[in-house]
Amino acid sequence: MAKIELKNVKKSYGAVDVIKGIDLTIEKGEFMVFVGPSGCGKSTLLRLVSGLEDITTGDMLFDGERVNDILPSERGIAMVFQSYALYPHMKVYDNMAFGMKLAKSSKEEIDKRVREAAKLLQIEHLLDRLPKQLSGGQRQRVAIGRAITRDPRVFLFDEPLSNLDAALRVQTRLEIAKLHHQMGNVTMIYVTHDQVEAMTLADRIAVLRDGRLEQVGTPTELYERPNSLFVAGFIGSPKMNFLTGPFAAAHGCETLGIRSEHVVLGEDQPWAGEVLHVEDLGSDHFLFIELGASEPLICRRPGKTDIALGTKVKVGPHPDHLHRFDKDGKPLR
Amino acid sequence: MSRRTPFWTVMFYLGVALIVLIAVFPFYYAVMTSFETGTAIFSPNILPEMFSLDNYASVMNGRNFIRSVGNSVLIAGVTVVCALFLAVTASYALARVRFRGRGLLLMTILAVSMFPQIAVLSGLYELIKLFGIYNTPFALMLSYTIFTLPFTVWVLTTFMRDLPVEIEEAAIVDGATPWIIITQVFMPLLWPALVTTGLLAFIGAWNEFLFALTFTISETERTVPVAIALLSGASVQEIPWGPIMAASVIVTVPLIILVLIFQRKIVAGLTAGGVKG
Amino acid sequence: MTTSKIAKGPSLQQQRVRAAFWFLAPMLVMLAIVAAWPLFRSISFSFTDATADTIFNGKAAWVGFDNYIEQRVRSNGEIRWRGVLLDAEWWNAVWNTVRFSLVSVALETVLGLLVALVLNAEFKGRGLVRAAILIPWAIPTIVSARMWGWMLNDQFGVINQMLLTVGLISEPIAWTARADTAMLAVLIVDVWKTTPFMALLILAGLQMIPRDMYEAAKLDGIHPVKVFFRVTLPLLKPALLVAVIFRVLDALRIFDLIYVLTPQSDATVTMSVLSYRQIQQFGDYGEGSAMSTLLFLIITAFVLLYIKLGRVDLSGEKS
Repeated sequence: MAKIELKNVKKSYGAVDVIKGIDLTIEKGEFMVFVGPSGCGKSTLLRLVSGLEDITTGDMLFDGERVNDILPSERGIAMVFQSYALYPHMKVYDNMAFGMKLAKSSKEEIDKRVREAAKLLQIEHLLDRLPKQLSGGQRQRVAIGRAITRDPRVFLFDEPLSNLDAALRVQTRLEIAKLHHQMGNVTMIYVTHDQVEAMTLADRIAVLRDGRLEQVGTPTELYERPNSLFVAGFIGSPKMNFLTGPFAAAHGCETLGIRSEHVVLGEDQPWAGEVLHVEDLGSDHFLFIELGASEPLICRRPGKTDIALGTKVKVGPHPDHLHRFDKDGKPLR
Repeated sequence: MSRRTPFWTVMFYLGVALIVLIAVFPFYYAVMTSFETGTAIFSPNILPEMFSLDNYASVMNGRNFIRSVGNSVLIAGVTVVCALFLAVTASYALARVRFRGRGLLLMTILAVSMFPQIAVLSGLYELIKLFGIYNTPFALMLSYTIFTLPFTVWVLTTFMRDLPVEIEEAAIVDGATPWIIITQVFMPLLWPALVTTGLLAFIGAWNEFLFALTFTISETERTVPVAIALLSGASVQEIPWGPIMAASVIVTVPLIILVLIFQRKIVAGLTAGGVKG
Repeated sequence: MTTSKIAKGPSLQQQRVRAAFWFLAPMLVMLAIVAAWPLFRSISFSFTDATADTIFNGKAAWVGFDNYIEQRVRSNGEIRWRGVLLDAEWWNAVWNTVRFSLVSVALETVLGLLVALVLNAEFKGRGLVRAAILIPWAIPTIVSARMWGWMLNDQFGVINQMLLTVGLISEPIAWTARADTAMLAVLIVDVWKTTPFMALLILAGLQMIPRDMYEAAKLDGIHPVKVFFRVTLPLLKPALLVAVIFRVLDALRIFDLIYVLTPQSDATVTMSVLSYRQIQQFGDYGEGSAMSTLLFLIITAFVLLYIKLGRVDLSGEKS
């Protein structure tokens, strides 16, 4: 429900600049994901939005109103933490009701909201339990339920899936996506280091690197038109193939990037190589091809393969999907 | 100790037995002596020769021993409760809030708890006379604060620092002020630490001797350690060893029981504070 | 959450710092009253000729450093020096304190390490042993002084009896009274009482060392003694350093054990005991305070030295 604007926001701890000037607008009801390698400042940025950290310079606006000096509890935010951060001595119900109790809401109002949130998340049967009696997945649901009960303008998620095992992670990811559809007009900001989470959940992704915004855009934009070598390498799995030297020079650039699915196999292709390794995933397969470049080229093809190790092949890039970068890592278009 | 030769296994258990023997024997011997009277007491023996409660009767009937125990309980109890009360909020500030000079403040508090008590003796004596509380329990409650307060602050700060940051942040987002965080979120999580810290501080206050010796004069105001230290007969040759041992056993048994019940927590508390014995 | 009108207030960090100030204030006021002010007054007394009579009526006169060192010119022109710093009794007490602290802490560290290593091994009845070694720690110092005073008694003491039976001594020893054994008696009691504390602190340090470390060493076939000196001891060093500094500070100010166990002996009188005697028995607040001030300075110097040399992170801020 809130439009969030960051205007030249900076954060430093003593002499160390952690956030080095960020301008970003997050639209109402948008699902924005902050992604980047560890230490890039994504969590700090989220904490600046939440108000848990003070902004050093710059402005933060919620619906056009400056919130720099407003306490987290008064910003209309709710936050879901990586470690769930449930109050261990309170029952699930009290965990969810704590914020409203502090805000001096009426008992009926609290009860109504807690039960609505519990119903939405299907945790009604857990309301009388203590956090330690719940599984990891249940705890994370309660943490989300606590956030919903606050009826926030903005939902903040700080790596909420990192503590869950792989299967549960996929399931909870789906829950969060569903939640976003159901609560259509609530703005959500989600921090993760996992680009798959970012790609699957986000309306738009903000890639951070070293305290700066590297690129902001929809998952498709980031995937298809990365603004830098860094984004190209960070988004997408497997990683984009990067070729330098004569391979790149032939295309008039410093670094040539090719997504694995855009590597074409065929006798008429320019590069000769040898198959080093084959990964068969069932639905498709990856060929690792040694070209004499710094890393083997990864080629992704649908279905199964009968290509054996050591087979000599000829490969080349799909001409419509070339990513060419200059020596500063900027794209040439 | 896996896969040792029988010889080393035997040596190991002999060592263990020796440790236990040395640790326990003096107290065992005191208990045994406390049950002996007359000539039996003056013949050194390792196994009990007689069993009599006369020494206990004489200690309990002595004019002021029970009163001394009462004084000790009252003084140590009040001192510890006051110290904990002040320490909980202070340790939150020290453990949880970033502010300039925090490290220095922590070091100062630690330094105070390491003070040689004699260094403040004359100044404290003057202060106590000034307040008109000389020879009253208040004198000791006030003076014991000099070590119980920094100690509790220090240990609680270590415990408080270990509480997860995210729980506090969740509470902040929920609208909790620092006071609410302490009373409604942290206190319920900290009570085991509070019990441990309180117990350790209580033992410290219970055992204190120098201040108790200096700031009380009449027998009715004495604490247990002073009473036991000054328990004597008509002359140097007539030290009443039987009653002294009985008194020692009376004041030590509750402590030993407490310590054994809370032993795990006490070890945690000791390591948290890295404190004095 | 309705947020149409939001009151502008202090930021979160400001709110917290303000709260921290109010949370700390009562404690700091209390410490100022019971610690800082008395310390200041005690130091002040050391520069006056205060006695039990003059201390309260304000008639104590300022004498500068005379309590520490003073030059007196007699009527016949002879120059005499006096003061705590020239007092043989004081230096005897300093020597006793230092001697006691070094030996007791060294013994306690070595024995504590041994006991901790035993307790760190897995064997049946470990819990019982740990409980047993807590007993000396739980016994009040005064009580242990009296218990041992009884056991070390010259005529009826069980220790003499045992040593006589074994034939180690030919006649009973007055342990606490004789000049050459009094310090030994004090050391025995202190080591007995305090080694458990050391052992528990070291044990906690030992248990922080990951088991993999030992297993890796075992797989590599390294001799256990070598493992101890190359792996265990270096990893234990921080815990050991902290334990030792706390013990030394405690030993330097020892009072109660000596006051009760060997009350009259010159061989054991420490700085605290001497200062106490000067104040309480002789009513000489000036010189007594000068002694306690010197003890305070020695301890402070020791702490600073230790922090500087050992780079000990006592505040635990960095961990």
